[in-house]
Amino acid sequence: MSLWTFFGLARGRATSDWDGGDLREAGQAGVQGMPRVSAQPCAESCAVCVAACPTDALRLVEGPGGVGTAPGQSVALDYGRCIACQRCVEVCPTDTLKASYDWALAVRARSDLQFDPAPAALDALALDLQSAIARRFRHSLHIRHVDAGSCNGCESELQALMNPFYNLHRLGIFFTASPRAADLLLVTGTVTEPMREPLRAAWEAMPEPKWVMAMGACAISGGVAREGYAGGSGLQGLIPVDVYLPGCAPNPAAIMHALLLLLGRSEQHLHGGRPDG
Amino acid sequence: MRILHLPAGDIPNNIDHLLAQGGRMLMVYATQIEGRNEACYLAAPGIGKPFQLWLVDVPPGGLPSMAVHVPLLGWYEREMQDLSGVGVLNHPEPFPLVIEHGDMPAPFTQTHSTAHYPAPHIVPEVEGDDVQELDFGPIRADVFESAQFRFFYIGERILRYQPRLFLKHRGMEKRFQGLAPDAAVILAERVSGVGALAHALAFCQAIEDAAGVQVPPRARVWRSVLGELERVYNHLHYLGALADATSLKVGQAEGRLLEEQAKQLAARACGQRLLMNVLRPGGLRRNLALMADFLPRLDQLEAASLRYLDQLERTSTFLDRLHTTGSLPHTVAFDQGATGPVERASGLDRDLRRDHPYAAYADYSPLVALHQDGDAYARYHVHGAELRAGFDLLRGLLGHLPDGAVHVPCTASAGGIGLGWAESPRGSVYYVVHLDRNARLERVKIKSPSYSNWRVFPYTVHGSNMMDYAINEASFGSTIAGCDR
Repeated sequence: MSLWTFFGLARGRATSDWDGGDLREAGQAGVQGMPRVSAQPCAESCAVCVAACPTDALRLVEGPGGVGTAPGQSVALDYGRCIACQRCVEVCPTDTLKASYDWALAVRARSDLQFDPAPAALDALALDLQSAIARRFRHSLHIRHVDAGSCNGCESELQALMNPFYNLHRLGIFFTASPRAADLLLVTGTVTEPMREPLRAAWEAMPEPKWVMAMGACAISGGVAREGYAGGSGLQGLIPVDVYLPGCAPNPAAIMHALLLLLGRSEQHLHGGRPDG
Repeated sequence: MRILHLPAGDIPNNIDHLLAQGGRMLMVYATQIEGRNEACYLAAPGIGKPFQLWLVDVPPGGLPSMAVHVPLLGWYEREMQDLSGVGVLNHPEPFPLVIEHGDMPAPFTQTHSTAHYPAPHIVPEVEGDDVQELDFGPIRADVFESAQFRFFYIGERILRYQPRLFLKHRGMEKRFQGLAPDAAVILAERVSGVGALAHALAFCQAIEDAAGVQVPPRARVWRSVLGELERVYNHLHYLGALADATSLKVGQAEGRLLEEQAKQLAARACGQRLLMNVLRPGGLRRNLALMADFLPRLDQLEAASLRYLDQLERTSTFLDRLHTTGSLPHTVAFDQGATGPVERASGLDRDLRRDHPYAAYADYSPLVALHQDGDAYARYHVHGAELRAGFDLLRGLLGHLPDGAVHVPCTASAGGIGLGWAESPRGSVYYVVHLDRNARLERVKIKSPSYSNWRVFPYTVHGSNMMDYAINEASFGSTIAGCDR
């Protein structure tokens, strides 16, 4: 065993720097993000992106039109359904939909995941909630993870949080075995019929105050397996959600950002479906 | 692939003939043609020989079960019963498998199966004054996939072990129905997230088979590169998880760190850590270019991985926990349908990359690691050897990336059938695709390695002891999502 002690010591520090809460670049060079809807107007009666989207994240709406032009057709995008598969940006003929590196897109209100060309209002309730969480749990958080029917992609990235590179423990965030010791229920997967009861039992076993995070498109909206004979629609209508983390699968830095967002230790980068910057 | 039409009565003889020739049955599933059920048996006659798909009209009374003869077909027959309402006669375990709530009609046919049994989670019943029962799951400690396990044990000794899987069954095969092949790749990638590349590759190759299309050389080499990257990150994950199960904490941390570096390399190669969003029928979705620091990082990862393997091999506390744990005899591995490193650790010398080359493996044949002992050590050993071989393959492939196109048009014709396969990190993945009259997907059947290996796993647990269970489970390294689909 002493072999391993020296081996570990010789390996030195492997943990990434975490500079003031901005994890957006940490270890994620080259990682594709979610599409952005640019100000470029759509081609007339074009709906190729809507047809290409495998999860119905896109729909056509009346848009405000470009500068000096009349209102025309535009697209609305639901980041809660988007699986970042990049098909829409590949087929868009006008650059209305653009590829991006935006992936740290966790939000507190479901409405913040919805881009509509018409401007959206801020959700005041979510901001109140955030300050309540910040007061109570700012320095430590215990998480109970429940896989309610995932492809294992989300679990793979969640497990990565415990590796030395991300080293989640340094932030005072821990996974716990018992829901009775948990502050946050972190749900992945589409919520299949047989998993509904165990999920609910875990949530009910948690003491108040408690919070819920929906991780990945499946838990937010059902993802690729939504509304089949076996797949569910995520947490919609099942239990209340406090933080939504879109993606498929969200990378570990995006998960850390979402957890710190819940704790009021990082900023939300998506408002009314509009990414910062 | 050869397609044969057989009467139901010929199946036993054909199976006998296949087994006598050294072949193996792979799976059976049902399709629907104009309201009739057709059973499709996929058979592998042997190394280098084309696969066969036997199409059999299901007789009105039902299909005779082959599960006593070929045990690995047992689960497929039960699944066929659940999903397509096909009656299977004289099945040794005539219970539902993937869908437990009995009132629902079979999803593919909307018919109700004539036979109705509740799903038993214990076969046979275990009773006795000193017998203890432990139900574990479906929500388990730490970050794990959901599955439930029932143990009957006395003291340390496990009398009977019954996993309850398919709680995560998402009906993925049904979701392919009606999709255009190009759109359906996205779905194949999300059947098993940590096998995304192998699933997408097998699916794309099935479409290419139905279309009769050859993929350009550059795309073929890239497909092998991405496939080996998937193997590298999964095998590093495997070693870290095995070190964790044996309470080797530094070893666990090192394995997880190296896995992270491999995933970051994957993102640098294709923009996605789990190698999604990169394949399509006919080649790749876009040309890929290596970042300047890719090769130096790969070299560093290889050096660190080899050091890690050497260090594990020198750790007696680690090795002692693996030797003789979870022994899987050669015959059980064959009969129950073990695949991948699990079967190779029980002496079954099979690897699709060598036996039925695809992508660039005809030119870059892998070293197939074997072990005869069938225990957790053998499985660890095979994973380690495959990890080393994976780096060798990557170096060879990346040194000879051809120029040129990465995609050719690929349109499968209406009514076509295609077969694709890939050797994933966990074993063989097969996709059979049936196209409808509009050249959209009518039926897609997935044979995933975790399904195969979960079928095998309980045979290594009965009669073993509780302390070894976690190590044994980690030494299989199966996923639940791939099994449940």
